[in-house]
Amino acid sequence: MSPVNIGTALREVSPAVATADAVDTRVRRAAASTRWSAAAFLAPLLLYLAIFYAYPLYRNIELSLKAYTVRSFVQGNAPFAGLDNYIDVFTSPTFGPALSHTATFTVVSIVFQFGIGLALAVFFHSGFRLSGTLRALFLVPWLLPLIVSASTWSWMLNSDSGIVNAALTAMGMPQINWLTSPDWSLVAVLIANIWIGVPFNLVILYSGLQGISTDVYEAAAIDGANAWQKFWRITLPLLRPVSAITILLGLVYTLKVFDIIWIMTKGGPAGSSTTLATWTYQLGFGSVLPDFGPAAAIGNLLIVLAVVFGFIYIPVQSRQENQ
Amino acid sequence: MSTRRFSFKTILGIVLTAIMLFPVYWMINVSLTPSKDMRKSPPSLFPVDVTFEGYSAVLQQQMPFLGTSLILGLGTVILTVAVAAPAAFALAKLRPRGAGLLNFLMLIAQMIPAIIIAMGFYAIYLGMGVLNTLPGLIVADSTIAVPFAVLIFSAFMSGIPDELLNAAKIDGASNWRTFRSIVMPVSRNSVVTVSLFAFLWAWSDFIFASTLNNGGALRPITLGIYAYIGNNNQQWNAIMATAVVASIPAAVLLVVAQKYVSAGVTAGAVKD
Repeated sequence: MSPVNIGTALREVSPAVATADAVDTRVRRAAASTRWSAAAFLAPLLLYLAIFYAYPLYRNIELSLKAYTVRSFVQGNAPFAGLDNYIDVFTSPTFGPALSHTATFTVVSIVFQFGIGLALAVFFHSGFRLSGTLRALFLVPWLLPLIVSASTWSWMLNSDSGIVNAALTAMGMPQINWLTSPDWSLVAVLIANIWIGVPFNLVILYSGLQGISTDVYEAAAIDGANAWQKFWRITLPLLRPVSAITILLGLVYTLKVFDIIWIMTKGGPAGSSTTLATWTYQLGFGSVLPDFGPAAAIGNLLIVLAVVFGFIYIPVQSRQENQ
Repeated sequence: MSTRRFSFKTILGIVLTAIMLFPVYWMINVSLTPSKDMRKSPPSLFPVDVTFEGYSAVLQQQMPFLGTSLILGLGTVILTVAVAAPAAFALAKLRPRGAGLLNFLMLIAQMIPAIIIAMGFYAIYLGMGVLNTLPGLIVADSTIAVPFAVLIFSAFMSGIPDELLNAAKIDGASNWRTFRSIVMPVSRNSVVTVSLFAFLWAWSDFIFASTLNNGGALRPITLGIYAYIGNNNQQWNAIMATAVVASIPAAVLLVVAQKYVSAGVTAGAVKD
């Protein structure tokens, strides 16, 4: 049994531990027919993946290698452009800022989501009356449609009528043009994104904490460890595999965040909150004259980034599973 | 002394939850604020002069959007379960060649940004003439849920005892019959988890709706809210009232199915 048992919550619902070895002989004799029927059961999924995943991704690569105009997009006879779209993207004055905004947005989001999520997980794990109910309520921000969260934050951060600036004024601090100042727009979308991501971190880290045996804490208590020492010497090291998973998933998810930024600032003002994800949407769908080639090129770049993190995540995750 | 610490923690927990949920409270508060007080400075912390003008605007203008989202959510649930459940059964119980690779692909598929899939879909849908149609949007929305569903289903189904399936086989049941009459009923919990998330994701989707269905007659509620925000005379009580209504599925889900939600969050992250 792994010391950190992250699947606890799932197992409450599904007693899912594979006991695969007990294959009946009768079943083995029917192996050939089973193979065929496995293929039949898998066929809809394989077809689905081919049409609705592989083909759109292929179209995307094609888009990025051709010089499309609106007209040739409809007619489908755009000339081959080689890597021109990629060169355009890399040499665009938007590229540098978009990349650095993406990096800032991702790193700052994850640091805060993870830090706050971990603190809350430890707090809720200590157990007290109502802790279960309150922990469930913490899920709300994560379950709300992103457009709901984003528009609520937009109004809360409104320069003249927002509650946040009203609170700042009440505390004697100057007002901030959260969404309309290039210095603050990235901070504004970060605040909203951190708020949305905390519940996810809380739930996963909490289930990780549930997997740490209480014996370890009791032993530490006998040795006279205080709460602080217990956290640094026991909780954090034993939570490391779960933490790695949480952070890697956070990376993958945060890279693709688009809705919140687009709804709150449209990547502006003056590109000050443009990330790679909003830039690709801006080029492809955000203007009167769509520029699909470069948009697809940025999109493919994003896929590469996400998949790189994915490849780091999968071995970490399977090591965790097999412990 | 220990009881005192007990209640101190509960109070701290309530305060933290209140801070976390303040934006939700604020959304409700603004939805009940009359337009004339909307620009009041500082804003009232409580709905002193309650109005339902925002909600009556929802009733008058947003009902078609809500209906569309409902159909969209249900359609996505059906498509997702129909595609994912049989495949997951095969992966978990029939152990075909390449099962490991397929599981791996499911994990990778979840990492592909929807905005990129949307662009590919746009090019394809434009050619096929299914832009701005509900079936087109249902298919697109299901791509968010299908990989997750396959992983959840196969994790659950691999826990079904082989003896149960073999007993059915000895009784002469085909694999299809076993799947339909034993595996699916036994997997009820995972069907609930998958359906809840598929519905919620389709209901909340903005990316696919705004790219593939922006000019359609039947648009989902996310676009209804977005159109409100884009209006020049922003009626924030109507926007927030729509947001409150759009949050109802999430609230219902949390109340009736909280254990499934936690299961889904954890399982989506760490199961394979």
